[in-house]
Amino acid sequence: MMIRAQNLTKIFGTVAAVRDISFEIKEGEIVAFLGPNGAGKTTTIKMLTTLLKPTSGKMELDGLDPASQPNEVRKRFGIVFQDPSLDDELTALENMDIHGALYQVPRPVRAGRIEKLLKLFELWDRRREPAKRFSGGMRRRLEIARSLLHTPRILFLDEPTLGLDPQTRNQLWLQVKRLNEEERVTVFLTTHYMEEAERVAHRVFIIDGGRIVAQGSPQELKQQTGSETLEQAFLALTGSTIREEEASSADRMRQMAKAWRR
Amino acid sequence: MKRYVRSRARVVASLAQPLLYLLAMGYGLGPIFQRAGMGSYVQFIAPGLIAMTILFTSVFSGIELIFDRQFGFLKETFVAPVPRHWIILGRILGGATIAFLQGLLFFSVCLIAGFRWHDIGALPVAFLFMILIGIVFSAVGSAIGSALSDAQGFQFIIGFLIMPVFFLSGAMFPLDNLPKALTILTRLDPLSYGVDGLRDALNGVVHFGCATDFVVLSVVAVLLLALSSYLFSKIQL
Repeated sequence: MMIRAQNLTKIFGTVAAVRDISFEIKEGEIVAFLGPNGAGKTTTIKMLTTLLKPTSGKMELDGLDPASQPNEVRKRFGIVFQDPSLDDELTALENMDIHGALYQVPRPVRAGRIEKLLKLFELWDRRREPAKRFSGGMRRRLEIARSLLHTPRILFLDEPTLGLDPQTRNQLWLQVKRLNEEERVTVFLTTHYMEEAERVAHRVFIIDGGRIVAQGSPQELKQQTGSETLEQAFLALTGSTIREEEASSADRMRQMAKAWRR
Repeated sequence: MKRYVRSRARVVASLAQPLLYLLAMGYGLGPIFQRAGMGSYVQFIAPGLIAMTILFTSVFSGIELIFDRQFGFLKETFVAPVPRHWIILGRILGGATIAFLQGLLFFSVCLIAGFRWHDIGALPVAFLFMILIGIVFSAVGSAIGSALSDAQGFQFIIGFLIMPVFFLSGAMFPLDNLPKALTILTRLDPLSYGVDGLRDALNGVVHFGCATDFVVLSVVAVLLLALSSYLFSKIQL
């Protein structure tokens, strides 16, 4: 098992963002977490990637515990966050190089891999330009390229295609699929675009209100709910009420809880 | 580090204030100072203003932390397989390095303005004190930058803190024969020891003693490094 979570729970103040979820992900799988806003997708990723400690429950990444061996675990995954995380003042090349230094990729190997990745993501020609001059799609590509520099076994993609045009999205998923097939990288992704999950994911988890409400291959989920598309299946499982308000009040609570803990 | 060199405007801006002091105070108050039998005022305040340059540059390096948090780059360093205390140590040393270079730059400005060192052999000691001041106040900036998450709050607190630290340090006036309350305050100000050590190395005039200066500054540096490392480890994204 590449990723294993057992009864994972995270509570912010009085709000349970993730409640008692358990799942297992095999090596080489592409798994998508789908859910309305505020369902707990990002919180789950943050716990798996050592940014948050779970309130209770157990997890394992490649046999290691993110809570007790964070640095060993960090070497094994790459992550593309929901919101940008590039240093805008630095060039594409410098962003890559700092990442290489942080992950202790040896210098001779580093230069070669940076070139390969920047070429793969079609950024090589603009490698000497600062990231702030890049378009949204280019930044995203640079972030993905960067997250792969230290040859991670697992790639976390938290809504990587948010705000990108269809062409860029299409190309991005092609590259992710290729990585998964050629280098056996396990991929854990979240997205709001059902057709993307249907296209790339081997398995889909539907998460709502901090709980996993359904799981299976896209076909299985459609059969379960008697729906024609994954989108319909998703709506059948999570209801069609809009979660925006609920989510933002939960967010507000989280902010308050944060402020109080200071 | 790389970013700093790139924003030339900031390099110039952080030289402007001490330069203003040097010209206005150095030449303005010079005659009075001389009449009081204290020698050249430019000669006296140059070490203090070098310390000031370093103070300002290093404390403000802490704001980078807030920007990196807002723009997300901090997350990238948090998931890297590097313990957090190394990250903050790197940032502080980076801030101190920049502040030191800035101090050197202002040092050369002082030389142009007529400042002369008394013993070239003591220059390495002066550099050592410049670096120590840089470390102490980068650590202050990083501690505040870790505790706060908005840039306005940072500027407010720094503005509140930086002026007393500067004025009580003896950068502008000698620390001898001050009223008792002021004496106590100047002794509590870590920058006093930095300025004193610099003045000893550059002018050969000393108040606390070079060894005392060194020990006090080093101890303060270690304490502040520990503090900012603690606060940095508490950041939640």
